[in-house]
Amino acid sequence: MIKYTLRRILLMIPVIIGITFLVHFILMISPGDPAQMIVGPEATLEDIEMKRHELGLDQPQVVQYLKYMWNALHGDFGTSWFQSFNVMTEFSHRLPYTLRLGFLAIIWAVALGIPLGVISAVRHNTIVDYALTVLSLILVSAPAFWIGMMYQVFFSLNLRWLPASGASTWRHYILPALSLGGGVFATNCRTTRTWLLDTLRSDFVRTARAKGNKEVTVVFKHALRNSLLPIITQIGVNFSIIMGGSVITETVYAFPGIGSYLINAVKAKDVPIVMASILVVAVIVGITNLVVDLMYAVVDPRVQLGGK
Amino acid sequence: MRKGREKKMSNTASKKISTSNRKGQMKQVWFRFRKNKLAMIGLVVITILILACLSASLYIPYEKVYTQSIRDAFIPPFSEGHIFGTDQFGRDLFARIMYGGRISLFAGLVTIGIAFVMGIILGGSAGFFGGKTDTIIMRFCDILMSVPGILLSMTIVAALGQGLGKMLIAMSVSLIPRQARTVRAAVLTLRGQEFVEAARCYGTRNSTIIFRHIIPNVMGPLIIGVMSGIGGQILQIASLGFLGIGIAPPTPEWGTIISENQSNILFYPYLGLVPGLFIMVAVLSLNFIGDGLRDALDPKQKN
Repeated sequence: MIKYTLRRILLMIPVIIGITFLVHFILMISPGDPAQMIVGPEATLEDIEMKRHELGLDQPQVVQYLKYMWNALHGDFGTSWFQSFNVMTEFSHRLPYTLRLGFLAIIWAVALGIPLGVISAVRHNTIVDYALTVLSLILVSAPAFWIGMMYQVFFSLNLRWLPASGASTWRHYILPALSLGGGVFATNCRTTRTWLLDTLRSDFVRTARAKGNKEVTVVFKHALRNSLLPIITQIGVNFSIIMGGSVITETVYAFPGIGSYLINAVKAKDVPIVMASILVVAVIVGITNLVVDLMYAVVDPRVQLGGK
Repeated sequence: MRKGREKKMSNTASKKISTSNRKGQMKQVWFRFRKNKLAMIGLVVITILILACLSASLYIPYEKVYTQSIRDAFIPPFSEGHIFGTDQFGRDLFARIMYGGRISLFAGLVTIGIAFVMGIILGGSAGFFGGKTDTIIMRFCDILMSVPGILLSMTIVAALGQGLGKMLIAMSVSLIPRQARTVRAAVLTLRGQEFVEAARCYGTRNSTIIFRHIIPNVMGPLIIGVMSGIGGQILQIASLGFLGIGIAPPTPEWGTIISENQSNILFYPYLGLVPGLFIMVAVLSLNFIGDGLRDALDPKQKN
């Protein structure tokens, strides 16, 4: 298990190098001289040249990339080009917000999605099942930012229950978490339902019933445990979706996390910020996927990690 | 009628399966698809929506998309001449949505089309040739998949600049790896089967084996992947539009329409509600069709 974990972590390194290099490359070949943009339209040629030298833009691209990664390894993500503050400090302020929001979203989506999926499967083809199916279909098919806005209109403006934007108290987290987790909740609910229905029809469940077990035991001990594997896979995918979705949700709710920071940086082509965000997100997603794979072995003893 | 069909079925069954023609298979898929009510509703709704958007110029002049008049700002829905009302510049929301739908639906189809073709090429060669080709292509896919798709698309759009063509590239790039993986997995299982081996023994060229024997057999999972992806693609395009990096504002696109009305939505909710409902209905219909196709193409895997 430890050997497997280590190998997976080592395998993550080339992927992270690959994605950061790719992003760096794309941002650098794009038209427009960043130095020119930073110093403004009235600057002299010397000013531009000085700025370019200061940012290291006069060096070959590969050198720039290597320098950036070397510094990043030492915890220095550089300075924002346009706002001249340290990216690392800004990240340490903002990352906790995004992580808290992401965890809240995933927790409610899993804690409600899986049980409701179970109910949907057990009460197959009843009103409860149909209602849950319709709800999850709506949550999957409507754009997340739109749902977020509708929550704002309904819960903040009409009912005046919850604040519409910001992140100063715990109440500010409710609406963002609700809209960020919506899609994940729906997929969890649907996957659980599909797989559990499939398992409930299998022979060993019939045997478990024939032995005279209570229905609760049959569903939870026999059927659910055997359909957990695809559900856990789903949670791994969810995490990636949540990280991507946080950009949108944070924009809707003016939430001071990484997502809203990144989108502004992307618009301004502030390379240090974009690079740092991609790096952080890639590491988080990579680690989550690893944790999910490790959980396989815990849930299903048949899964042998590290084997050929 | 019914009797005829039964007779036909038994006819095809009596023939050897290997000789059953594609036309019969398509017919069977259509037959199973037609029995799925939700999928049929989805098909009807999306067809109406596409036709309505394409023929928009027949019932509403294109100028109305851009005509501004402050006097007509915020006219509520169901008013005369403005079924869905007007926005802050007095532009007709109905016209903007119908013409915007052209871009949203078209962009969804194109990106998925690009991903479909690239997926076949990349995933197909990875699975078929194996070895180094496989490793290189799959590692590249891993790299592209290491960050959420929307972040990758965002970065590419930021680098290339705004515009429909650039956005289409950015959107497909984040979609290709997933598609390539599906194709590769399907090809891997097919590669070892007897009919491919037999074709090889005949001395068939690689290209013939791929196009005549392998691709027709991976179409099932591919079409399922594509159909269930279009809805997501439309959502992503809308999201990019909302974030302000998709289609540039005066041009209507469903996400952009919501985005440009964001500051007024709290007071005039219909400005967000209506375009959002259009996105939802389109995506919902496409998802229904995708589910229906999955059941029709792969009857073993029933939910």
